Amino acid sequence: MEATLATIVASASALVYAVVGETITEKAGVVNLSMEGTIMLSAMTGFAVAYSTGSVPLGFLAAAGVGMLIAALVAFASIELRLNQIAVGFVLALLAIELSSFLGDPYVGQHGPSVSAVPIPLLEDIPFVGRVLFRHNLSVYGSYLAIVGGYLFVFHTRRGLEMQGVGERADAAFARGIDVNRLRYLYTMVGGALAGIAGAAFSLDVKLGWREGLTTNFGWIALAIVIFGGWNPIRAAFGAYLFGVLAWAALQLQPVFPSASQILALLPFPLMIFALVLVYLQLFRDLADRHPIWRRLLSSDPPSGMGTAFHRE
Amino acid sequence: MTAPSWLSRVATIVLPIALAFAVALVLLQLAGAPPFEALGLLWDGSVGSAAKMSDTLAAWVPLTLAAAGLVVTFAAGLWNIGVEGQIVAGAVAATWVAREVPGPAAVLIFAMLVAGVVGGALWALLAGLLKTRGGVNEIFGGLGLDFVASGLAIYLIIGPWKREGVASTSGTDLFRPEAWMPTVGVAQFPVIPIALTVVAVVLVYVLMRGTRFGLRLKAVGKNPRSAHLLGIPTERYTLAAFLLCGGLAGLAGAILVSGVFHKLVPSVSGGYGFLGILVVLLAGYRAAWIAPIAFFFAAIAVGSTQLSLRLDLDSSLGGVLQGVLVLFVILLGGWRARRTRRRTALMEPEGP
Repeated sequence: MEATLATIVASASALVYAVVGETITEKAGVVNLSMEGTIMLSAMTGFAVAYSTGSVPLGFLAAAGVGMLIAALVAFASIELRLNQIAVGFVLALLAIELSSFLGDPYVGQHGPSVSAVPIPLLEDIPFVGRVLFRHNLSVYGSYLAIVGGYLFVFHTRRGLEMQGVGERADAAFARGIDVNRLRYLYTMVGGALAGIAGAAFSLDVKLGWREGLTTNFGWIALAIVIFGGWNPIRAAFGAYLFGVLAWAALQLQPVFPSASQILALLPFPLMIFALVLVYLQLFRDLADRHPIWRRLLSSDPPSGMGTAFHRE
Repeated sequence: MTAPSWLSRVATIVLPIALAFAVALVLLQLAGAPPFEALGLLWDGSVGSAAKMSDTLAAWVPLTLAAAGLVVTFAAGLWNIGVEGQIVAGAVAATWVAREVPGPAAVLIFAMLVAGVVGGALWALLAGLLKTRGGVNEIFGGLGLDFVASGLAIYLIIGPWKREGVASTSGTDLFRPEAWMPTVGVAQFPVIPIALTVVAVVLVYVLMRGTRFGLRLKAVGKNPRSAHLLGIPTERYTLAAFLLCGGLAGLAGAILVSGVFHKLVPSVSGGYGFLGILVVLLAGYRAAWIAPIAFFFAAIAVGSTQLSLRLDLDSSLGGVLQGVLVLFVILLGGWRARRTRRRTALMEPEGP
C-alpha cells in the first residue's frame, strides 16, 4: 500500500508541475495551448543537456528555458501582434513535437544521468506518510512546493490577487494602475517554465531517457486536468494524482484486460467534459447556492478574461 | 515613401517560405546531412514518380477534406479541434459497415462512405451540442472527444473486432476485397477519393462565397450576438457548421480505412485533422487556397519519409518545415497588421 502510493506520488510529479504551471497562466488570462509540444521539447532538451554536460540541474534549467521561450512567443504573438492565442499555441504545439523528434534523434536510447534519491531526514521516519511522501528526490519534493506555493501565491498573496484581477477583469485592473500586459507576459512565462520543468521531470526522473513521443498526450491531459481542477492549483494537483492512480490501475489490469492502459489513460477527457457539463447544469447551480461546500469542491468557472487580449485603446 | 502594396503582399508569401526553407537547411546542416541533396530527395520522394505522386495524392485527400470542413467551422467562429476524432468516428462507422453489410463492391463502398459521413457528422454534433447546450467550450470539448474516439477505436480493435485468435493493437482483420476502394493504374491512383475531394472543395467554396447560408454563417462567426439580434438562429447555424465539418472529416476517415489501410487501425486519423488546421491557418481561412496548400503539405509529408530511408534522418523534418512555415506566416501577418494599425493611428490623431 505505502509502496504503491509512493510510486503514484512520484510518477505524478511531472504532471503536477505542468498543471500548476498552466493554472497560473490561465489565471492571468492567457491560454497556452502549446503544452503538448512544450513538455515534449523540454523533455528532450532536458535530457540532451543533462546527457551532454552530466549535470541534472543544468538539464532542468535548460528545459525551463525552453518552456519559457515558447510561452514568451505565445504572449508576444497575443499581446504585441494581437494574434489568436489558440492559433499560435496550437501551431507551436505541433512544431515543438516535430522539433523534439528531429533534434532528439541522436539521444534516443542513450543512458543519461537522472535525479538521485534524497530521503528527507526525520520526516522520512514518520510512519506511513514518511514512506509515501518523503523518500523521493528533489524533483518530487519540488512538485509539492509547486502545489503549495502555487496555491498560496494565487489565493493568499497580494500579487496573486493582482494576477487574478488581470485574468478576470483586465480593464478594471488596468484602471487601478496595474500593467496588465507586463503581468501577462510574466505569468505566461512562469507557467511555461513550470511546463518545461515538467518535461525535464519526465525525461530525467519519471520516464528516464529520451525516445520519440516520450510524453505523448501528457500536455493535452494537463490542459484537461486544469479545467477539471477548476483553476485551483490544489484541485488540479489532485486531478494529476487521480490520473496517477488511473495509470497505476491500468498497469495492474494489463494482464487481464490488455488494452486497459491505453483506454484508462484517456479517462481524464470524458471526466473533464462531465465536470464542465455538470457545473453548467441549473441543478448544480441550485445545489451550490444552497450548500456552498459543493461549489468549493466542484465549481469550475474559468477566469472570465481567459483567452481574450487586452488592448489599451 | 513606402513600397508598393503588391510588393509587400508578395513578400508576405515568399518571405515565410524562404525563411522556413532556411530553417530546414540549418537543421539539415546541424544533423550533418547534405542540405541540397536532401531537398532533392524531398522532391523525388513526393512528386518524382507516378508511384510517389499516387502516395502524395492519397495523403492529399484526407488532408484536403478535413481542411475544407474546417473552413466552414472557422467561418462560424469555431475552433473545431475535435476534427481528429471526427475522422476516427467516420473510420469506425465505415468499418462497421464493411464488417456487417453484405453486397457487391459498388454498394458496399457507397454504404461505407455514407456511414463515414454520418459517423463523423454525429461525432461533431456531439461537440456542437456540448457547446450550445452544455456550456463546454468547443476547443476542450473537441479535444476530449478526440481522445474518446481514439479510445473507442482501440477498444473495438482489441475487443469486439479483434483479429481471429490474437488481440493486437496492429488493427482489425483486413476487410474483404469488396470493401477496398478501387484504384487506377499500376501506381494505384485513388481516383474516386480524388473526385470526391474536388467536389467537396468546390461545394465548400460555393457555399461560403455565393450562398445565403454561407453569408449568415460568417455573420454568426463574426459576431454571434448581433447575428442573433438580426434574427439568425445562431444555434442552428453553429450545429450546421459542426455537421458539415464532421461529415467531411468522417468521409476522410471512411476513405482512409477503405482506400489506405483496408482495416481499422488505432491511429487511423494519422494527424490529418490537426494538420488540416495548419493548412487552413496558412490559407488564411479561404477555401480557394485549401487544395494547393494541402498538396504542398502532403508532398512534404510523403517526401520526408524518403529522407529518413535514404539519408538516415528523422522523418519529422517535414513536420518541422510545415510548422515553421505556418508560424512565420501567422507572425508576419500579425506584424503587418500592427504596422498598418500604427500608421493609421499616426495619420488620424486620437479623438478626445
